[in-house]
Amino acid sequence: MSSTFETVAQVISETSDIPLANITPDAHAIDDLGIDSLDFLDIVFALDKKFGIKIPLEKWTQEVNQGQASVEDYFVVKNLCARIDELVAAKSA
Amino acid sequence: MRLEYFEMLDRVEEMDLAAGRIRVIATTPINSPVFEGHFPKFPILPGVLMLEIMNQASGYLLYRRFNRERFVFLGSVKRAKFRRMVKPGAILDVRGQITYDGSGFHIAETSLIVDGEVAADAEIVLIVQDFPTAEAKAELARRTSEITFADPVLA
Repeated sequence: MSSTFETVAQVISETSDIPLANITPDAHAIDDLGIDSLDFLDIVFALDKKFGIKIPLEKWTQEVNQGQASVEDYFVVKNLCARIDELVAAKSA
Repeated sequence: MRLEYFEMLDRVEEMDLAAGRIRVIATTPINSPVFEGHFPKFPILPGVLMLEIMNQASGYLLYRRFNRERFVFLGSVKRAKFRRMVKPGAILDVRGQITYDGSGFHIAETSLIVDGEVAADAEIVLIVQDFPTAEAKAELARRTSEITFADPVLA
């Protein structure tokens, strides 16, 4: 069974045409991988389907805009994976 | 329909907000400046406007689902095909089906049917955000109030 990181990296690579080797746990989706907001929607859609969750992108964006969270909290790959794990756990709880 | 004002939808025939399904009738005008350029002496509806008509039908459904409180616009086009030429005066049967509800975005399969044949179809991504201004929100409500309904219950 693939880890969350492996699945997320695969999705990002396939959706945004980024070499898998470039997608590391510490990579920043925007600053390092050059993913823009519309590309990120495609990634979120694919991740929603893959994990059977609904990533609360609007809430995350609002939290960043209001200074309640940093961009890194959601858009660094390892942090994105941690958020996904939380959503999966909450769903099966 | 007034192409040059982007008022594309005439009459809502069916609308199921929960199921994410809509069907709208729109008639292309006989005369429009658009047809003078596209193309000279050979007027047909531009593909980009067919796409806009399909976008507006699905967008209107979401706008109503959010009780006219949120701003819905085209984010991306995953696929689009323009299969038939559409002439002035054509009656368009526009269909939209929301296939995925994401957080702040929705995906729709939409088609435009003329004389029982699919003239265009597309898969689109619609973005939902707060209105940029209260004036924009009020004006869109005013403009869309001109759309009519086959069944008054839908209004």
